[in-house]
Amino acid sequence: MPVSKIDREKRAKCLAGTGVTKVFGVGNARNVAVDHVDFDFREGEIISIVGESGSGKTTLSKMILGLISVTEGEIEYQGKPRDIKSHAKKKEYWKGIQAIFQDPFSSYNMFNKIDSVLLDCINMRGGRSLPKAEKEAMMTEACSFVNLKYAELTNKYPFELSGGQMQRLMIARIFLLKPKILLADEPTSMIDACSRATILDMLLKLRDEINMTIIFITHDIGLAYYVSDMVYIMEQGKFVEVGTADEVILNPKADYTKRLISDVPKIHEEWDLSTV
Amino acid sequence: MKNQLKQVFHSPRFVIGFVIFVFMLGMAVLYPLLVPGDPLEMVASSSYPPGTYISLADTLESKQYGLDLDITATRLNKLISQEDKDAMVLWLTKYRGIAEEDIPVEDSVEMVHFWNEHYDPEVEQKGLTNAKRQYYRRLASRMATILETKDIIIATKNPETGALEESNTISFNTYTNVKDIASRRNFVLGTDNFGRDVLKELTHAVGTSLKMGLLAGVIATLIGLTLGLLSGYLGGLVDDIIMFVTNLFTVIPSFVLIILISFSVSQSARGVMLVGVIIGLTSWTWTTRSVRSQVISLRNRDHVNLSKLSGHSLPRIIVQDILPYIASYVVMALILQISSAILAEAQLSMLGLGPSTTKVATLGLMMNWAMTAQAPLAGRWWAFLPIILSIALITFSLNLMNTGLDQVFNPQLRD
Ligand SMILES: Nc1ncnc2c1ncn2[C@@H]1O[C@H](COP(=O)(O)OP(=O)(O)O)[C@@H](O)[C@H]1O
Ligand SMILES: [Mg+2]
Repeated sequence: MPVSKIDREKRAKCLAGTGVTKVFGVGNARNVAVDHVDFDFREGEIISIVGESGSGKTTLSKMILGLISVTEGEIEYQGKPRDIKSHAKKKEYWKGIQAIFQDPFSSYNMFNKIDSVLLDCINMRGGRSLPKAEKEAMMTEACSFVNLKYAELTNKYPFELSGGQMQRLMIARIFLLKPKILLADEPTSMIDACSRATILDMLLKLRDEINMTIIFITHDIGLAYYVSDMVYIMEQGKFVEVGTADEVILNPKADYTKRLISDVPKIHEEWDLSTV
Repeated sequence: MKNQLKQVFHSPRFVIGFVIFVFMLGMAVLYPLLVPGDPLEMVASSSYPPGTYISLADTLESKQYGLDLDITATRLNKLISQEDKDAMVLWLTKYRGIAEEDIPVEDSVEMVHFWNEHYDPEVEQKGLTNAKRQYYRRLASRMATILETKDIIIATKNPETGALEESNTISFNTYTNVKDIASRRNFVLGTDNFGRDVLKELTHAVGTSLKMGLLAGVIATLIGLTLGLLSGYLGGLVDDIIMFVTNLFTVIPSFVLIILISFSVSQSARGVMLVGVIIGLTSWTWTTRSVRSQVISLRNRDHVNLSKLSGHSLPRIIVQDILPYIASYVVMALILQISSAILAEAQLSMLGLGPSTTKVATLGLMMNWAMTAQAPLAGRWWAFLPIILSIALITFSLNLMNTGLDQVFNPQLRD
């Protein structure tokens, strides 16, 4: 289901970066994880950032989320320089941008019950003083959106769920938070193959429901082509190719992109062999 | 969590440690309840070995029973020490030229007869000092009458005439039942140099030392935990400052610090709990370091990131998302801190820098008292061995519990 071509320039800027760089360590241990990248994400787009493991995708996403500091460069949010210096400003920013992480097994505090994860989202959207019944109705709705039963989850701990269920709970969380931007960092890479398609479908359904921008991080260029409008190819901390999904994948220019694409049929051949 | 608790009690090390610890704790709690009274009361006039002590006067007045037992041999064995026997054999072989095999050392009665027959003070005793000669003379006179079992006459003074009047005779087959004697006391571990009941004192000391260790351990763990959390989670300048102070405290060995502080606090103020506070204040560094390194590995975990994205404040993240993950670790650190605080107090007291008090006993103070009274030199084992054993058992049990916990919480250590 490739998304229809859109007139990009008409869409409002929601997140843009210039020369964004992250350097870990100093001296001999100096490691440039993200190296002067520029990006321009528009409202309502699905943007894929594609690269091999270790290319700096997670580091870039943490900078975008404001979870780690930016060594160098500027990030603009909704057309203005991003200001997340104080805790209050950060909280405001996180009302607009949320994330789903790679590893569902380490994404939850294993000492807190599932209810508290969902209640946090309601509280964050100012629903702290709502009556209990209403909160429960909201949580039930969010759970049923991702085909989970709230009644079965209440009083359970996240680690009692399967990886796929945990990732669906993450989507339920986003459903409650209704952010403008969702950053999904390889949300399907750590879960079983059967659950992958479900998760993707739910993400796309959620986008239609609350009309948000999705930054989709993946190492699978086929998947990127399948879901996205814009594709950013990342190699060793740099964007080596940027364009619409059709431009980049049907007509790749960088060698790295060509290599990534040439790997895809191979994967499918293996798949076919093993399934026949 | 519940599972882990169950696993803890499946770890043999933890269970053994726990049982020993509960035994020591139970002794410290229950013994004073069962045997009330001042634990430091001086009941004896000196250090006596373990045993049941009964009043001699009471034995005379108590009911008498006649038993027909042959007690000569057992009595002699008590009355003639091995030293006496060795001396006798030496004299007989040296000055009488009797072969050692011919002397009936095994049979005490025969031995006395043999000695009385062969000893002669007139024999030339070359190479014997005058003191030794006197010793043999005294020994011989004791041996001459030792086999006689004459009745003992008890006499009282007539208050008017001042003459002695026979009031009772006690023959060697007169007995009394120990139960009939009202004035008796069982000192399971004897008495110490101040004449205190060692067992009573020891249970009291175990209790005080545990309390002191707990205080020191809690202080050290709280400081170490707070600093470790802040420095690990906040990083940057806060981390630099905290690590600088921590390194400063690490470079100066904490024991030297304890000694210096203890020394500078005036004698009168140095109570048990103050010593606990001093030990606690100087031994937090390694808790800080280890908590810090745990926190550093936790702070970038995604559950912490998710908590941030949910708008949680810094204190809430530390308490809810970091602390539970290191809680088991902190408990282990606390256990080790308690154990090392008890040891530190013992060391400090041995140097005479421990609590300065005679009102309460700690394990270290009891060791110190035993040392100043030279109990080990005098062979008064009951005054120091039980203390060493208690210190060893407490620290051993705490360390066992710690390794048991470690095995449960760090599965890669399980063998
Ligand atoms: N907290 C960190 N400290 C030091 N180096 C890091 C840290 N996080 C990531 N890196 C380094 O940054 C590089 C990019 O990592 P990452 O962003 O996780 O890649 P990706 O998500 O594309 O697999 C890697 O070389 C990694 O070792
Ligand atoms: Mg990654």
